[in-house]
Amino acid sequence: MKRRRALKDPRGEAALFQRRSLVGFALIVLGLIALSGRFFYLQVMRHDEFVTRSENNRVKPKVIPPARGLIYDRNGVLLADNVPAFRLEVVPEQVPDMSAMLAQIGAVVPLDPDDVADFRKRLKQSRRFENVPLKMHLSEDDIARFAINRWRFPGVDVVPYLTRHYPYGELFAHVIGYVGRIDADDLKRLDPDRYQGTSHVGRSGIERSYEDVLHGTPGYELVEVNADGRTQRVLETHAPVPGKNLYLSIDVRIQKATMAAFDGRAGSAVAIDPRNGQVLAMVSVPSFDPNLFVNGISSADYKALTTAPDKPLYNRALRGVYPPGSTVKPFLALGGLAYGVRRPEDTVLSTGEFCLPGASRCYRDDKRGGDGVVDMVKAIEKSTNTYFYKLALDLGIDRLSDWMGRFGFGRKTGIDLDGEENGVLPSRDWKMAHSRQPWYPGETIIAGIGQGYWAVTPLQLAHAVSILAGKGIPRAPRLVMATQDGVDAPRQPLPNPPTGPSLVTDPAHLDVIKQGMEAVVTSGTGAKQFIGFPLVVAGKSGTAERFSRTSSAYDTNKNTAYLAARHRAWFEAFAPADDPKISVVAMLEAGAWGAEAAGPIVRTVMESWLATQGGAPVKSQPPAAAPAPLAPDQPEDMPVPAEGGTTP
Amino acid sequence: MIGMLYARMRRFLRRILTRPRIDLPLAMGLLALATVGLVTLYSAGGGDLGLVGGQAARFVLGAALLLLISRIPPTVLRSWTPWLYAGSTALLVVVALLGEGRGADRWLDLGFMRFQPSELLKLTMPMMAAWYLHPRQLPPSWKDMAVVGLLIAIPGGLIAKQPDLGTALLVAAAGAFALFLSGVAWWRIGLLLGIAAGMVPVGWHFMHQYQRDRVLTLLNPEADPLGNGWHIIQSQIAVGSGGVFGKGWTHGTQSRLDFLPEHTTDFIFAVFSEEFGLVGVVCLLALYAFIIGRCLWIAMEARDTYSRLLAGAIAMSFFVYVFVNGGMIAGMLPVVGVPLPFVSYGGTSAVSLLSGFGVLMSIHANRKMHD
Repeated sequence: MKRRRALKDPRGEAALFQRRSLVGFALIVLGLIALSGRFFYLQVMRHDEFVTRSENNRVKPKVIPPARGLIYDRNGVLLADNVPAFRLEVVPEQVPDMSAMLAQIGAVVPLDPDDVADFRKRLKQSRRFENVPLKMHLSEDDIARFAINRWRFPGVDVVPYLTRHYPYGELFAHVIGYVGRIDADDLKRLDPDRYQGTSHVGRSGIERSYEDVLHGTPGYELVEVNADGRTQRVLETHAPVPGKNLYLSIDVRIQKATMAAFDGRAGSAVAIDPRNGQVLAMVSVPSFDPNLFVNGISSADYKALTTAPDKPLYNRALRGVYPPGSTVKPFLALGGLAYGVRRPEDTVLSTGEFCLPGASRCYRDDKRGGDGVVDMVKAIEKSTNTYFYKLALDLGIDRLSDWMGRFGFGRKTGIDLDGEENGVLPSRDWKMAHSRQPWYPGETIIAGIGQGYWAVTPLQLAHAVSILAGKGIPRAPRLVMATQDGVDAPRQPLPNPPTGPSLVTDPAHLDVIKQGMEAVVTSGTGAKQFIGFPLVVAGKSGTAERFSRTSSAYDTNKNTAYLAARHRAWFEAFAPADDPKISVVAMLEAGAWGAEAAGPIVRTVMESWLATQGGAPVKSQPPAAAPAPLAPDQPEDMPVPAEGGTTP
Repeated sequence: MIGMLYARMRRFLRRILTRPRIDLPLAMGLLALATVGLVTLYSAGGGDLGLVGGQAARFVLGAALLLLISRIPPTVLRSWTPWLYAGSTALLVVVALLGEGRGADRWLDLGFMRFQPSELLKLTMPMMAAWYLHPRQLPPSWKDMAVVGLLIAIPGGLIAKQPDLGTALLVAAAGAFALFLSGVAWWRIGLLLGIAAGMVPVGWHFMHQYQRDRVLTLLNPEADPLGNGWHIIQSQIAVGSGGVFGKGWTHGTQSRLDFLPEHTTDFIFAVFSEEFGLVGVVCLLALYAFIIGRCLWIAMEARDTYSRLLAGAIAMSFFVYVFVNGGMIAGMLPVVGVPLPFVSYGGTSAVSLLSGFGVLMSIHANRKMHD
C-alpha cells in the first residue's frame, strides 16, 4: 500500500526535527562527557605517571646507528671493513643561529658547498633531538683546528663513527661496489626510521644489492640532558642490531690472479663453480679504487674516472655486451643433437665457402679452402663455420633461439647484483620488436657462428658454460655464499637450488660436445694454451668482430696489433672435463685471436684455482713469451660477415 | 538595467552595514573561544606575538565575512546552493588534475595565496544536502537518501583521494548529519551503520600504508617510540602531566621544550591541557557544548527545512572537530589532521568556520516568529 501525501507537513517536520536535534544534542553531550572521561583518566588517574615521564623528557632518546655487516671472501679474508673515523655533527636545537654558524665554521674546518647543501637537506628531514652530520671523515688537521675553536660553536661537535674501507681497493670494486653518503634522493626511498643516524648507504655492487642484509637495525639510548642539552649520563641502552656479515663465494687468490692475467688490457673474466653456481672470480678491467667514493669523491678524481677512455667505472662483466662469436658453437651443436637434426657422425664438406641453396650470396669459412670433411667433434675442434651455417639453417631461427634461450642468453642471469644487461638473443620476435623487420634466412646462418645480432655479457656466457659443465642443470650465478649474524656466529649458507630440470635429455649428447671441446684444447684452436696443464680441459675459443666490415674479402693484414684493434677475443673452458668443478670465461675487448689472447687468461684462472684446491701450482707454459707477431699456422676461428658489411 | 542592478547592490550593502543581525549568546561564545585560542597560541608559540597577531587578523577577516554572510537571507543562500556546491566540487576536480603540495595534492596556488578547496565543501556540502531535502517529503525515502549519499560521495571521494582523510570525514559527516536531522528512521540508520561496520575491512584495504601505521600505532604507541608513536606518546604526556589544575599558562614544559610536535596547530589542545589541566579542559568543552547547543537552538527555531537542516548540520559537524581533535591528542583516535576550532593556528579553518557561523546568524535573523 502506497502512502503518499501530496502536501508537506511543515508542523510535523518541525516536530520531527526538534526531536532529532534533541537526540543529536544528547549524543554530543555524551561524546563530550566521554572525552572528558578520557582526560580525567589521563590527568587524574595516570597523572603521577605522566608527571614522571614529562620530567623524564629531560631524558632524550639518542639513536645508535647499527654497524654495517662486514664482507669476506669464501675463506674469511676481509674485503669490506669498518674503520673508525671522525665527523662534524650539529645538534640543531642548540644552535642559536644556524646561518651564522655555517658562515663562521667554514673558516675553521673547510666545507664543500656539497657538504652544506646536504646538511641543509638533512636538517629539514631530521627530528629535533637528532644530530645531523655536517662533514665526514675529518683530517687530523681539521680535528685539531676545531678543538681550539670549539667554544665558539655550541651544538657542534667532533664525533667518532665507523666508515667503510675496502682493503683490496680496485680488485673488488666491480663486485663489492661501494657505499656513499646518503643524499637527498636516497632520503626519499629509504625508511627514515631504519636509517636514523646512518650516514652511508650501498651505492653499487654487493653493497647495494644486499643493502637490506648489511644495514642492520638502529638502537637507541636514553640519555639525560641538562638545560643546555649536554648529555649528563646514559640511562638505558637498547643496542642496535648490526647488519649481517656476508661471505662471498669468490676466492681472493683466484680474483687476484685473474686480474693480474689481464695485465691492464680491457676485458672481463668470470669463473663459476658449475656444481652450485657460486662465482669464484669476477673481474672487469680496468677498475678503480672504491675507497674514493665512500666519504664523497673529489670532483677532480670523479672527472678523471668518468672521462678515462677505457671507462674504469664500467662493469664489463655485468653490463658489457659483445658478440659471442664461435663460443656459441658447442651450445648449437648440443641443440642439433637435442632436436634430432644432427647425429654426431653426420658430416659436412667444408670447402671454404657456404652458399644458400638457390642464392648467389655465400658465407666464408675462416680457413681458405676449408677443413674438408668434418663431423660434429671435428667441427667444434676446428671451429668449422660451414658446419654451423648448415646446422643453424636446419635448426631454423625459432628452434635456435628457443634452445639458446634455455642457456640464459638474451636475459639476465639472475646473479645477486643489480644492473645486469640483457644482451640480445637473435630471434624473430626480437627483430620485429627491435626494427620492425621480418627475419631473413641469411641472419640465421650468421647467428650459427655467434655473429649478427648476438650480444652477450661475459657473465651470461660464463653462466651458459657452467650450465653445460654442470650436466645441463640451470642455476643462477651467486656471489654471496653465506650470511653470518655476528663475528662468532655460525655461517648460514644461502642455498642456490637449480632453476629448472636439466637441459640435457641424453647424457651421450653432452659427451659428444665435451669430446669436441677437449679436442679444441688438445689439438684444435686452443692447442697451445694448455700444454702441461694437469687436468683435462674442455674449451672453445671465439673471435668476434668489433666493427662491421666493408668487404667480404679475406683479411690479408695478419699483423696482430691490427687484428687486435678489430676483434674481441673470447675463451670459454671448464675442467676437469669429466667432472667439472670450475668453468671460466675470459674476454678481451681487443684481442687478435680468441685462443691466443684470452686462452692464457683462462689458464691462469684455472691454475690459481687448482692451487687453492691444494693442487701444485702449475708453471704456466705459454707458447711464446710475447704474442706472436703473425697469425698462427693453426687457423683461428674467424668471424665472417654476412654479405659484405651488413653485420650490425 | 545596469542602474537597477547597481541600486540593488547598494541597497544590499547598506543593509549589511547598517543593521547588525547577530545572535548575541552565540557571538559571545565565539568571542570567548577566540580569546582562549589566542591566549593558548601565545603560550604554544613560545610568546611569539607575530603568530598571535596573524591569527587575530584572520579572526577579524573571518568576522567580517561572518557579518557579510549574516545579511544574506537563507532563501537567497538556498537559491545559490547548487551553484556553490557544483563550483566547489569542480575546484576539487581541478585540484585532482593539477594540485600541488608535498605528498598530498590539496592545494591550489592562486599566485597570491595558496588555497584548499576542500575547506569550501565543509560549508557547501551541508548546504547541498539541505537544499535537496528541503522540498522533499520527510522523512526521506530510500531514493532521496541514495541521492544525498551520492552528493556526499562525490566530493568526499575526491578529498579522500588527495589524500586528506580528516577533511573527507568532516565533509561526509556534515552531509550525513543533515540526513540524520531530516528524520531518517532509526532502523534505517541502524542498518546503514551495520553495513558501514561491515565495510571496515574493505576500507582498510584501500588505506595508504601511513594511514594504517597511524591506526596500528594508536593501539601500541610504545612499539615505535622514535617514529609514529612519538606524537601520541608526547601528546599524552603533555595531557597527563597537566593534572587537575595544570602547570599554569606559559609553563607547559612539553611544548616549551619542543617535545610536542605541531604544538601550534593540530596538537595545540595538548598544550592547553598541560597548562590549564582538567579544570580548563572541562571548561573549554563546556564552552564548545554551549556553542553547539545554541546553534541547535537556532536550528530548531528556523523558519524552513533548508535552514533547519543546514544549521543543525553545521552545529553537529562543529562537534566532530572538537571530538576528533580531542580524541587524537588524548590517544583515543588515530592522528588525523583536524584542527581544534578557533584554537589551532591556521587561516583557512578559522575563516571557513566563521563563514559557517555567518550562515547560522542569518538563519537566526530570519527565524520564524513564535506562535
